[in-house]
Amino acid sequence: MTALGERPAATARTGSTALDLVLRFRALGLVLALAALVAATTAVNARFLSAQSLRDLLFAAAITVLLATGMTVVVLTRGIDLSVGSVLGLSAYLTGSLLSSVGVPVPLAILTGLAVGAACGTVNGAIVHFGRVPPLVATLGTLYVFRGVVYFVAGGSRINASDLPGAFLDFGSGTVLGVPYLFALAVAVLAVVAVFLSRYRSGRDLYALGSNPEAARLSGIPAGRRLMGAYVTCGALAGLGGVLYAARFGTVDASAGYGLELDIVAAVVVGGVAIFGGSGTVVGAGLGALLLAVINNALPVLSVSQFWQQAIVGALILAAIALDRLVGARTARALRRKAAADAD
Amino acid sequence: MSRKPILTLAVPLLTAALLAACGGTTQGDDEDDGGPGTDATANPDAEIQTGLSFAMLPKSVNNPYFEASSTGAEAVATELEGTYEYTGPSDASASSQVSYIDTLSQQATDVILLSANDPNALCSSLDQARDAETVVVTFDSDVDPGCRDLFVSQVDSDEVGLALLEMTAEQIGGAGEVAILSATANATNQNAWIEVIEAELDSNPDYADIELVDVVYGDDEDEKSFSETQGLLQANPDLSAIISPTTVGIAAAARYLSGSEYQGEVALTGLGTPNQMREYIEDGTVTEFALWDPTALGELAAWTGAAAASGIVTGAEGETFTAGELGEYTVGADGVVTLGPPTRFNADNIDEFDF
Amino acid sequence: MPTRLRESALMRPLATWDAAVIAATAAFLIIAAASVEHFGTARNFGYIVLDLAPILLLALAMTLIVTTGEIDLSVASTVGLTSAAMGVMWNAGIPLETIMPAAVLLGAALGAVNGLFTAGFGLPSLAVTIGTLALYRGLSYVLLGDTAVADWPRDFTSWTLGTIGESPIPNVLIPLAALAAVFGLVLHATPVGRSVYAAGASPVAAAYAGVPVRRLKFWLYVVSGSMAGLTGVFWTLRYSSARADNAFGLELTVVAVVLLGGVSIFGGKGALPGVLAAVVLLTALQNALRLAHVSTEALTVVTGSLLIVAVLAPNLAASARRTLRARRRRTA
Repeated sequence: MTALGERPAATARTGSTALDLVLRFRALGLVLALAALVAATTAVNARFLSAQSLRDLLFAAAITVLLATGMTVVVLTRGIDLSVGSVLGLSAYLTGSLLSSVGVPVPLAILTGLAVGAACGTVNGAIVHFGRVPPLVATLGTLYVFRGVVYFVAGGSRINASDLPGAFLDFGSGTVLGVPYLFALAVAVLAVVAVFLSRYRSGRDLYALGSNPEAARLSGIPAGRRLMGAYVTCGALAGLGGVLYAARFGTVDASAGYGLELDIVAAVVVGGVAIFGGSGTVVGAGLGALLLAVINNALPVLSVSQFWQQAIVGALILAAIALDRLVGARTARALRRKAAADAD
Repeated sequence: MSRKPILTLAVPLLTAALLAACGGTTQGDDEDDGGPGTDATANPDAEIQTGLSFAMLPKSVNNPYFEASSTGAEAVATELEGTYEYTGPSDASASSQVSYIDTLSQQATDVILLSANDPNALCSSLDQARDAETVVVTFDSDVDPGCRDLFVSQVDSDEVGLALLEMTAEQIGGAGEVAILSATANATNQNAWIEVIEAELDSNPDYADIELVDVVYGDDEDEKSFSETQGLLQANPDLSAIISPTTVGIAAAARYLSGSEYQGEVALTGLGTPNQMREYIEDGTVTEFALWDPTALGELAAWTGAAAASGIVTGAEGETFTAGELGEYTVGADGVVTLGPPTRFNADNIDEFDF
Repeated sequence: MPTRLRESALMRPLATWDAAVIAATAAFLIIAAASVEHFGTARNFGYIVLDLAPILLLALAMTLIVTTGEIDLSVASTVGLTSAAMGVMWNAGIPLETIMPAAVLLGAALGAVNGLFTAGFGLPSLAVTIGTLALYRGLSYVLLGDTAVADWPRDFTSWTLGTIGESPIPNVLIPLAALAAVFGLVLHATPVGRSVYAAGASPVAAAYAGVPVRRLKFWLYVVSGSMAGLTGVFWTLRYSSARADNAFGLELTVVAVVLLGGVSIFGGKGALPGVLAAVVLLTALQNALRLAHVSTEALTVVTGSLLIVAVLAPNLAASARRTLRARRRRTA
């Protein structure tokens, strides 16, 4: 943690062109990595760029992009939400059983998922804010608790595609202009959150809280409300992810979303969001999620043993944070030099 | 403390390693395998005991397949006026099953019905349980034959492999590229069936034009199976058929195919439950698939356990016993009892089944 | 010495939490022995010891790391990777007497990688060890794939499971107790232990006081990796099975017991006896619930709730004390 003191408070809100450049480079770097990977894979197998294949890729990325967006909001405040996989499972199962037993209309199902997620997020936020429990511990605990609740509710039963209304499944597999609804929805959510974080005062407060909680509090930012807001947002998006999960896969059992938190944290970290808060964008996190999805889909096409998949993700996380540190140190040096030059 | 820690740590370890390097215990030194054999003699005329305590330990709870087996076993336990418990871990790992076996053997359960997550890791616990007079019957997924009394196999490995291949050949007209979407990479059953398929493809001239191009693993996770199907179709543009010998895999693959341009182009067959596959039979994604009845499997496992606990069978080849309404069964080699050939489901008969 | 003073002041509320966990554990053991059938038997004692061994081994080093304000989420993956490597070496015909120390050394090397990234490059340990969690687990799949190596020599596996002579004391209890004693002594009675607390309480102050914070943290990761390597050896022999998925997810349990034992996630506070009690409490609780036919779902919820309550309870108590004090001052 000592190292964090040296990190410049790099955020999207500053007017400094140097910092903007670094951030843009980050997104640019991700885009380049994505392009290189897609190009290499396509060179091996041209079908990788076929319409069907791209559609599959976007289907696979939709849920991670959505959850990575929510996770970013929490990580910006120096928090983390490890319970997202369990929240997704709970929401997916509850929405699924509501649809199959009561037959509620699809929009209502989506609202239910959001509400379940928001409720879980409220629990997380309350434990973190009012209980002053560190986010890592609190959400590690609720990871178990929420999953236990899913086990309890679902038992050994499974919701099958044939139990779900056709309209709901069509929503899960349908496309608009070749883009899956699910991905379009995830991107729309990402865009809204991105605008909120960069243009609205309360969004920028989250960066302030993550950069320096004490200073943020002293400058009058309502820390409690913002923290609660962040966790509720993250929970609600995980809940929405559960609805998408049910729509896309049609089959939901008690293990839906098990272990997903690792992928989401990986996407966020690879996307350049600092794990100790205050820096990063949802666009970066979204690109990180997309990159991981491309890797997952490219490996089988490249005939790389799937046993390498996890090792590559791990190496990527390490590379991403090491790169951040390197860029951070260089920017700090450049800023110091500039400051010294200005002083002369 | 500059260099000390590495020395204190590494020196004894390296010394130990070097000392051991000359003449230690290596693979193959320990040949006395087999574990406790069955030395008891069977009494084929004995009555099946009542009031036995049964416990079913599935690979993991929260799995509909095992719930169905449990229903069958519970019915038998009730019929025999015994007690019944369905217990197990929520993650499908061998180490968590060990703790459950320890618990059951302490409670002096008469019959454990087990579907194992690992063929060897459970052995020492099972040996302890059997020392305490507990009968261990594995079903669905076996352990090393030395550490259980009997194994109730859903079907003969050969029969499953052959049936899968036969259905595939019928659907693709006997020629083309096929791929397999399996469960986890070390799943005992699936690997045995895949071996049969590979051997048959090599030796049977009827299948000379069928080529197995890939085996991928969906880990019995819906999402993973779904994306592995996707990857298969991209990596093998000329694929004619996918064989998925796992209920999770075939359902995920069917869902992918039904929503893609490959529907009707690429054949899909394998092992699936009628309830999960009904939709895909109706929309034409799948022509025919197979499975055994998991409830009957649970029933047979419970009857086998009861017969073993009553001394009617010990696991020796050739012994016979009556499994209630299921009829008479004979113990095969290695203490294996086989339920019967898999049932094939297609548009003509699928509505007769509900599981 | 002012740091010493501050430390003891910090330790005071913790000592009570420590004592509370130990008392709760003792009370639970007594109640369970009296009310749960088969719980208080010598045989069950053996099972509990075997079940808690891997958690305890990993928790010992994790206590030191968390006390310095860092974390190591890669421990369970390190267990898996060393176990997989043991399988590969065994298949290559290397004698087990060489494999076992080699596995511990491999663990140390994997820990050194963590140490290099965190202490060396100054990267956040949470992110680094999430990365190595995925990396090491991935590498164990690369090594062993879907196969399991199971033909471990019976002499070794039965020693791991066996008891001392005719007594009900498991063989593994002796090395476990010895290691716990060593870690306890180092943390609570040596300059190294004092450096660990100082580094966790305030790295800057500790650095000014001459504690080589970075080097200390690096070596703690090496120790943590070695302990994970040792756990890999134990795991492989206990289950006679080297598999890539061994100990999957165990890191969460280890972090849970360390926090439940009263170690602050922010560093600087904590004591080993509390952690030891927490290890016993969690394992015995799960064992008793299984014996009492309580469902698996309940187990999951109990573990999660215990973790939250462990941190929540002292916080609530502290704020209650504050409110009380404030009210008293107002009435005075």
